[in-house]
Amino acid sequence: MGIVQWATSPLGQHVPIHIAWFLIWVALIAGMAFLIVHVIYMRFFAKEKEFAPDSEMFDRAQLPARVPRHSLTARLFHWVMAVAMLTLLFTAFLPKVGVPMDWVEYHWIAGVVLTISILFHIVHASFFLDFWSIWPDRTDIQDAWNRVQRFFGKPAPAPRKFAKYPLENKLYHGTVMFTGLAVIVTGIFMMFRVRTIFFPRNPYLFGDMTWGLMYVLHGLAGAGFITLTIVHVYFAIRPEKLPITAGMLVGTMSREFYLKEHDPSRWAIKNVNQPQPGTSDGD
Amino acid sequence: MAVIRDVMPAFQLLQPTSIADAQSLLAQQGTDGMVLAGGMDAFDWLKDRIRKPKTVIDLSGVEEMRGIRAVAGGGLEIGAMTTLTEVVNDPLVRQQYSLLAQAASLVASPQIRNQGTLGGNVSQDTRCWYYRAGWPCYRAGGNICYADTPVGRNREHAILHAERCVAVNPSDTAPALIALDADFVIRTGKGERVIPAEDYFVGPDIDITRMNILKPGDLLTSIRIPATWAGAQFFFEKVRDRNVWDFPLLNVASAIKLSGNTIQDIRIVVNAAAARPLRLKSIESAVRGRTREASTGEMAGKLAVEGAVPLQFNAYKIPLMRNLVKRSITGVEEASWA
Repeated sequence: MGIVQWATSPLGQHVPIHIAWFLIWVALIAGMAFLIVHVIYMRFFAKEKEFAPDSEMFDRAQLPARVPRHSLTARLFHWVMAVAMLTLLFTAFLPKVGVPMDWVEYHWIAGVVLTISILFHIVHASFFLDFWSIWPDRTDIQDAWNRVQRFFGKPAPAPRKFAKYPLENKLYHGTVMFTGLAVIVTGIFMMFRVRTIFFPRNPYLFGDMTWGLMYVLHGLAGAGFITLTIVHVYFAIRPEKLPITAGMLVGTMSREFYLKEHDPSRWAIKNVNQPQPGTSDGD
Repeated sequence: MAVIRDVMPAFQLLQPTSIADAQSLLAQQGTDGMVLAGGMDAFDWLKDRIRKPKTVIDLSGVEEMRGIRAVAGGGLEIGAMTTLTEVVNDPLVRQQYSLLAQAASLVASPQIRNQGTLGGNVSQDTRCWYYRAGWPCYRAGGNICYADTPVGRNREHAILHAERCVAVNPSDTAPALIALDADFVIRTGKGERVIPAEDYFVGPDIDITRMNILKPGDLLTSIRIPATWAGAQFFFEKVRDRNVWDFPLLNVASAIKLSGNTIQDIRIVVNAAAARPLRLKSIESAVRGRTREASTGEMAGKLAVEGAVPLQFNAYKIPLMRNLVKRSITGVEEASWA
């Protein structure tokens, strides 16, 4: 039983046509398994978070009670993307697991919404936000290594507090970015196989082998998003992460949470005397 | 490797004698099992070696699925294994539901009607040759429709409701049964289900790999026709390439209740225009209460083809359908276009 479904083309070529649909269940089970393992880890093995003292003296009184984290634009992007992604997942996979529905049009429309929102995000993040805040830096790597050593009882300095995003968050973003690019690029080409309002249908755009590989990549990335979405929703509702989740709703987080988890020298809040939700430079 | 035609692959043959046994065997076999009614569709698949089921469940020994019975309170119940010839020749069908008799009489050839069953005729697979040749098209689980390409041979294919797959439903009796407001009785692992005829058929938008709602383990056991439309004015017309023996390029069935010359109630169904028989509900609403005359039919014909999307070689189906719908309302004599 392979992970790719093969067929013989009219020209006698052995070509891939799509992923084997059992991978939907594999992705679902993988997501649930991660969730269960993480719950057990957090309940029985995880130690209290320890951070090194802040590296610089900081005037806490200057911080507003609510620290701005995500601008309204950034939040709108996130929720538009979330709705598009959930629509894509449900319309793609429910029919495959026995829930018949008229899905194709909803699927490509959601795909177009996702693509436009991602393009907007790229421009917004590149030119209007702190582009590098979501990428792992040297401190993240050093602290991650220190955390691993300390978990196994080896002597290592306490890690520093996080910048705007913890390393896990940055790695998740990177994974979603590459997976998302895979589904979007293949999805745009696959729109040539159906009738849309954008361009004339052209099933001969590629040969059978290229089309097949495109469908397989689209399917693998799509199934991957099942796991990624489960993981994302799970972390969003974990008690210790709720202040971050709330930040994606209201745009701010409490001063106490900010000072407890984040290093002001790595994530500086500007205009602290006149706090305006959504004006953080690091959105 | 050359494909050996006409020699069926080996399979286990099971011959149940009751509906309960047949359904139970179908459920046991799941996707490995294939139902054999009259064999007119099934043998093609087997002889062409496109389908190689492990088990074939032959329903010819299930007597409960044969025959035509009058139902108390009016109406008929026709066993799914009743042959098309039996349907055509049945006095009650001819007298009360001549629409069905006429539709059944136009299926294929006399030999095929002697062997082919009513259940088989409504449940048969599409005739798209790309699909039936075993090519990995959407309907076969692949990712392309070979008929919907710039050079695809699609003269017989869909003009309405095509969704990736452009195959059409080839049944002649299906539109007649929908026009008669029939119910299909299905035996499933959970018991008996009765569904309106029009809900039996599935388009590619909902499920691209199936023509009807039957899942592995489900069995169509009979068809019930209510008394509602008994004795109404009926019209059935089938257009095909060879009048002696062919599948429809298009067919239309209508049942009309008149009050004087005013259309009191009507049901119109077209088949071979889409992957499932299309009941033209908007046309029914538009003509209800109108006089049965050429202008009404003309208006209905024009409305019927709104939204039709022709493929490379089947644009002729649009005027054909327009004309058939008109004739189904006004009759052949009145249907000449102004």
